[in-house]
Amino acid sequence: MGSGIWVLTLLILHSVFEGIAGQEQELNHRTERISGSAGDVLEDDPVGRLKVFVYELPSKYNKKILQKDPRCLNHMFAAEIYMHWFLLSSPVRTFNPEEADWFYTPVYTTCDLTPSGLPLPFKSPRMMRSAIELISTNWPYWNRTEGADHFFVVPHDFGACFHYQEEKAIERGILHMLKRATLVQTFGQRNHVCLKDGSIIIPPYAPPQKMQTHLIPPDTPRSIFVYFRGLFYDVGNDPEGGYYARGARASVWENFKNNPLFDISTDHPTTYYEDMQRAVFCLCPLGWAPWSPRLVEAVVFGCIPVVIADDIVLPFADAIPWEEIGVFVAEEDVPKLDTILTSIPIEVILRKQRLLANPSMKQAMLFPQPAQPGDAFHQILNGLARKLPHDKNVYLKPGQKILNWTAGPVGDLKPW
Amino acid sequence: MLTTHKSSSCQFLARATTAFLSSFLHSAPPVPLRLALRQNPIPLIAIHEWRADGGVDRREAERGGRAMKQTAPQQPNRQAYTAFRSSPGVLFWPTVHVLCCLLSAAAGFRFSRLLFLLLFSPSPPSSSSLHHRHLLRQPPPAVLPSPPQPHIHLPPPPPAAAASNRVVVGRHGIRVRPWPHPNAAEVARAHEILARVQQEQRRRYGVKDPRPVLVVTPTYARTFQALHLTGLLHSLMLVPHPLTWLVVEAGGVSNETAALLARSRLPVVHLPFHEQMPVRWHDRHRLEARMRLHALRVIREKQLDGIIVFADESNVHRLELFDEVQKVEWIGALSVGILTHSQREGEKGQSPLPIQGPACNASGHLIGWHTFNNLPYAKKAAAFVGDGATVLPMKLEWAGFVMNSRLLWREAEEKPGWVRDLDEVGINGEEIESPLDLLTDASSVEPLGNCGKKVLLWWLRAEARFDSRFPARWVLDPPLEIIVPAKRTPWPEAPPDLPFQVIADDEDHVEVHPSKKTRSSRSKRSTRKKKKREAHVDAQVSDLFNRQEK
Repeated sequence: MGSGIWVLTLLILHSVFEGIAGQEQELNHRTERISGSAGDVLEDDPVGRLKVFVYELPSKYNKKILQKDPRCLNHMFAAEIYMHWFLLSSPVRTFNPEEADWFYTPVYTTCDLTPSGLPLPFKSPRMMRSAIELISTNWPYWNRTEGADHFFVVPHDFGACFHYQEEKAIERGILHMLKRATLVQTFGQRNHVCLKDGSIIIPPYAPPQKMQTHLIPPDTPRSIFVYFRGLFYDVGNDPEGGYYARGARASVWENFKNNPLFDISTDHPTTYYEDMQRAVFCLCPLGWAPWSPRLVEAVVFGCIPVVIADDIVLPFADAIPWEEIGVFVAEEDVPKLDTILTSIPIEVILRKQRLLANPSMKQAMLFPQPAQPGDAFHQILNGLARKLPHDKNVYLKPGQKILNWTAGPVGDLKPW
Repeated sequence: MLTTHKSSSCQFLARATTAFLSSFLHSAPPVPLRLALRQNPIPLIAIHEWRADGGVDRREAERGGRAMKQTAPQQPNRQAYTAFRSSPGVLFWPTVHVLCCLLSAAAGFRFSRLLFLLLFSPSPPSSSSLHHRHLLRQPPPAVLPSPPQPHIHLPPPPPAAAASNRVVVGRHGIRVRPWPHPNAAEVARAHEILARVQQEQRRRYGVKDPRPVLVVTPTYARTFQALHLTGLLHSLMLVPHPLTWLVVEAGGVSNETAALLARSRLPVVHLPFHEQMPVRWHDRHRLEARMRLHALRVIREKQLDGIIVFADESNVHRLELFDEVQKVEWIGALSVGILTHSQREGEKGQSPLPIQGPACNASGHLIGWHTFNNLPYAKKAAAFVGDGATVLPMKLEWAGFVMNSRLLWREAEEKPGWVRDLDEVGINGEEIESPLDLLTDASSVEPLGNCGKKVLLWWLRAEARFDSRFPARWVLDPPLEIIVPAKRTPWPEAPPDLPFQVIADDEDHVEVHPSKKTRSSRSKRSTRKKKKREAHVDAQVSDLFNRQEK
């Protein structure tokens, strides 16, 4: 009799679990669960796992700059501004710096724009340095760790190297004052001077409302095989070719301009977003820097990103399994791009599309206002939370100094 | 940009030096030097540093870039004099600069910066060889040279990054494969991928649980039957949902029609209707309505389940139509675009496509019907088939309606009360003009296609003359005995004169009596040339058949 009851209980439990698994399978039929090397962390909630203290800087570091040029809110470097705004009203913010795990300095270094809208990085090192001097004199927390529990958002082309030209950026290297801090940046390339160990790579800002208004019904058949709109040759800065994009974009053009499967051109159509939703593959080649908002657009519109950038590190690489979602093509294999793309097995393509259709994947790439759970802001907080607790050697002994305040180019030492 | 800047200053300096030398030596400037300099087309940039020195204006610099003019050396002379007068110490660096510029001009590539870097900076050989390996690993794709250097470029300046950096900063070659054109097998594979992706999209976002479609088509054997029926057949073969095609044929079942239908792999119900198709359009519309009713009766008898779509042979249907009709509950109405006779040349003003269909108010409820405005065509309306005038549609075409077959069944649960029983319809000479006559209450029709805003099918009637002949099943068996060479194609055996004369004579006959035959069968074409050529061919064929008949 007892054994009969056990068997019955086991049967009931088994059927219950089968039911749950069945429902999960139903979900898997349409989308697939995203789990990166850190686990299924896209849906984690950072609230309660970390505390962030926001320094109160004078408004010349943030508000006044934004007032001077409100275009900063819409360009692809706007992540630094939204990070500040979201932190101010987030539950992870704390007003007690003693209990804070991370310290944030709101300085908008990428908001000095030319008339055509491109950011000039020439004053950014001085601005950053001046902000750090300010926080180190007014609060004791910088000197406690020399910035090891501070994080900074540097969304410029080459991150904290603060230059748009790669050679110059490599020459400058990462700003010396930020050597111990955690950098939240869009630039990521392995074995590159401007990528520090422990940095958090984030997607560039793409306007979520604009993308939302251009959605088309999902049953519109995808009839474009490969889609790309953008420059192939940068005639203004690189007239002979070969420097821009390391020649990869020019190679794409020369090899595939006659290919009907490749819908590539330098146009600026008004139906750019709609066309991406009608394409199976979207090219995301490098430009002057390896990252671009095309990746975000491709993910949001369900088009498989074809990343052509050697050694690139993509956003949230420990949480998102990019090899399973996108296609990576080496720059030297660009002439064989059509062979590569047509020889991908169809099951693999369908699986990638299922992964892209996962709403948590799309949400993780966006900065909606106000912040929503699972969006890029929360993924950054998750990334910061995963780095906790801080190592013991982060805290310096009294009198110990590691950073050299006079290091770096002479021009950086001028006050801002 | 800095290098181009320097080169233009080089050019200017070179010009200055030569002008200076010539003024002293009273000889023409060396011609080879001038030619060498001209080989280097440099984009024109303002030289700011010279402005500080000697007030050389921009125009001078630009002129230096194009052609060497003898008239301009006045100012450079002044420059040279001032330089000459100052102390030798100051002269040293400019001299070196001049020397390098001259050397680079002679050698033909940008020498200065690269050479200095190679000679004076400690360059690790590994990076340059790495870059070479990078290129040489792919011998088949050629490296596209960037102008104006015709040979493979020099290795780039060494990177400051660590030796483990696989990605090198600097100029790279543009890799182009030897045959940058699409491969047919790959294109086929890509299309397979697209087809599979679209199938998956349909499965995920498209219609769930599609109901079968019952297509009702009235037809009869005539010249253009093959044309229209094949078009409809192909459209129906592409419909992804289960389909049954009910073809009602006037004049009984014929071999022509049966042969055409057998080519499709669709389940076809071929129904005979024992009356001949009349010649007058008005009577013809009525007969078609009765043929459709006959099909509806068959659906009722056999209790076929599905959505009834009235697809006329000559109409054009979009595949989205068959997805849209899945939304109908009992009876729905669609917008039909009416393609009447095409506008003649010389008629100006593009009037919008006339549309028959449901009219809705702002909240999406059916309030009326858009119909076709007959007034502009009142005098030009076609009376009988093939008379060359505009064929007009009826007030509301059957093609614009779809209904659930359960409406017709005798016993169906939840059948609405506003539908008349099919047995009572059509008796006592009642004229059924549109499916609305099958209902007692026309307001319960559901508007489809975004309330009639989407046009998913087009109505069209194009017929040959009722007495026009065509070879059985459009196969010439045995082949024609007389073969006449076409006017334009050179025929090797025929003598050059005779056939052309024959054709010219024939054409004269045709031109003088423009027969109705030619115009009706070519009612869609508007170009005169085509009419001439086909008139000729048609005359020949009809001649032949007349002879054969006799």
